[in-house]
Amino acid sequence: MKLREIAHSRTGDKGNISNISVIAYDPKHYPVLLAQVTPARVKAHFAGVVEGEVVRYELPRICALNFVMDRALGGGVTRSLALDAHGKSLSSALLDLEIEDMPRTI
Amino acid sequence: MRTIRIGSGAGYSGDRIEPAVELAEKGDIEYLVFECLGERTVALAQQARLKNPESGFDPLIEERMRAVLPLCAAKGIKIVTNMGAANPLAAARKTAEIARLIGLSGLKVAAVIGDDVLEACKQRDLPIMEFDGTIGQLGNRLISANAYLGAAPMAEALADGADIVITGRASDPALFLAPLIHAFGWPLDDWTRLGKGIIAGHLLECAGQVTGGYFADPPYKDIAGLARLGFPIGEVGEDGSLVMTKVEGSGGAVTARTCKEQLLYEVHDPSRYIQPDVIADFSQVEIEEVGKDRVRINGGRGSERPPTLKVSVGYVDGFIGEGQISYAGPGALARGRLALDIVRERLKLTGVAASELRFDLIGVDSLHGPQLAAHANEPYEARVRVTGRTENLREAVRIGNEVETLYTNGPAGGGGAYKSARDVVAVASVLLPRELARPRVQFVGG
Repeated sequence: MKLREIAHSRTGDKGNISNISVIAYDPKHYPVLLAQVTPARVKAHFAGVVEGEVVRYELPRICALNFVMDRALGGGVTRSLALDAHGKSLSSALLDLEIEDMPRTI
Repeated sequence: MRTIRIGSGAGYSGDRIEPAVELAEKGDIEYLVFECLGERTVALAQQARLKNPESGFDPLIEERMRAVLPLCAAKGIKIVTNMGAANPLAAARKTAEIARLIGLSGLKVAAVIGDDVLEACKQRDLPIMEFDGTIGQLGNRLISANAYLGAAPMAEALADGADIVITGRASDPALFLAPLIHAFGWPLDDWTRLGKGIIAGHLLECAGQVTGGYFADPPYKDIAGLARLGFPIGEVGEDGSLVMTKVEGSGGAVTARTCKEQLLYEVHDPSRYIQPDVIADFSQVEIEEVGKDRVRINGGRGSERPPTLKVSVGYVDGFIGEGQISYAGPGALARGRLALDIVRERLKLTGVAASELRFDLIGVDSLHGPQLAAHANEPYEARVRVTGRTENLREAVRIGNEVETLYTNGPAGGGGAYKSARDVVAVASVLLPRELARPRVQFVGG
């Protein structure tokens, strides 16, 4: 299953840092996000795009994660050579992440 | 408990015009805020001002003001905007002139000035946050330095009776916090309520991005009426309570999901959203749908403001040259790859001096690179794109030329070539002790 089946996402940018939210459609899937959408997996998924560290913040009250990815935008929005200098399309790439079948939920 | 309604009339400088008119007409709002100043816009505007001292403000100010001023004046809706860019005073004079021309007399227009801190930054040779270096090392490449001002001077202008407040660089959420401080008399050290006010401002500042724009992803997330998207209204109580909504009957939707996405937009540590007025804490926020297109936001907090202001520094950063050309039909991908190889070799052979080059196939790997694109299907068409960073315009032009010559020298069937070369104004940040920025309010005639 793809992450897209259980979560939605939005990308934002500040300088050369991209942040991507991952928000569970249903609160019952928040533990799945916590267990499977780890900073290491996100970093590996964006190999070749994100050069810096990936940090994850947790927001249990809205069942969301926020990934902050350093050196992710080709030097920054204002100077990048990339077609999508803001990295706006990165959230769609993350939703393609493979998620394993979930354990039984309550 | 008293409540005020604030409308968000633009989320960026080129945003649609008529949703703000709809807000003024049908939104039952007391304040209309336009956030129109991007990260590097002040630097570009500063360059324009150097050429013409009465320019340097948002080029759409006339169109926006003409569209909303009659309604706002008739209903007593106050306007707050950062359309002043690098020249808030000239923008205020322009606005007062527009008001006179359309027959509105007695409107009080105020400019907030003092965000320009170029001299203070030069004197201190402050370190740059994004890379190793200082302001001094930018030398004559340095264009501008503008501090993100807080809400206090805007609130002061409103207290002095301004109908329209025009700023240059200010924190985007502060444009919304200012009316709250003014209307409710919030003390400037009430960190909890200022934090709540910042959350309201953060949710509102990108306009359509919280009412269903930048959200639709069929069939998972469907939004109706994006062609006539309604812009948001924040209903804020004296205690900082917040309900997000929009004009009844407009397109789009305000839901828990649209609000959650916008809450985290451009946020790093959600417990420390650093602003000039307060460090807002989003981490305990709860979001609840309380009606159709009505979402209640609870649990915002804040802590003491930082001792420094973030300053946006604009500097000249060389040139970018670019060329594109398309291939289609069977074998399009192979011909696109061949074209990239040819240009790569040509740039080497002819000695084009570029410090950084990028070779993309649009429709294949231009957005996420070769790794994520590895399993994609063969496309029907592919567009070659080559870009490079150079020190001067002449070298930048050569990059596009090498793509264009693929017409007669490259693979079969290349069409739709395009080339460009442009100078680059980049933006970096420094932190300035806050007492070195001295904002003040100046009214213009009206």
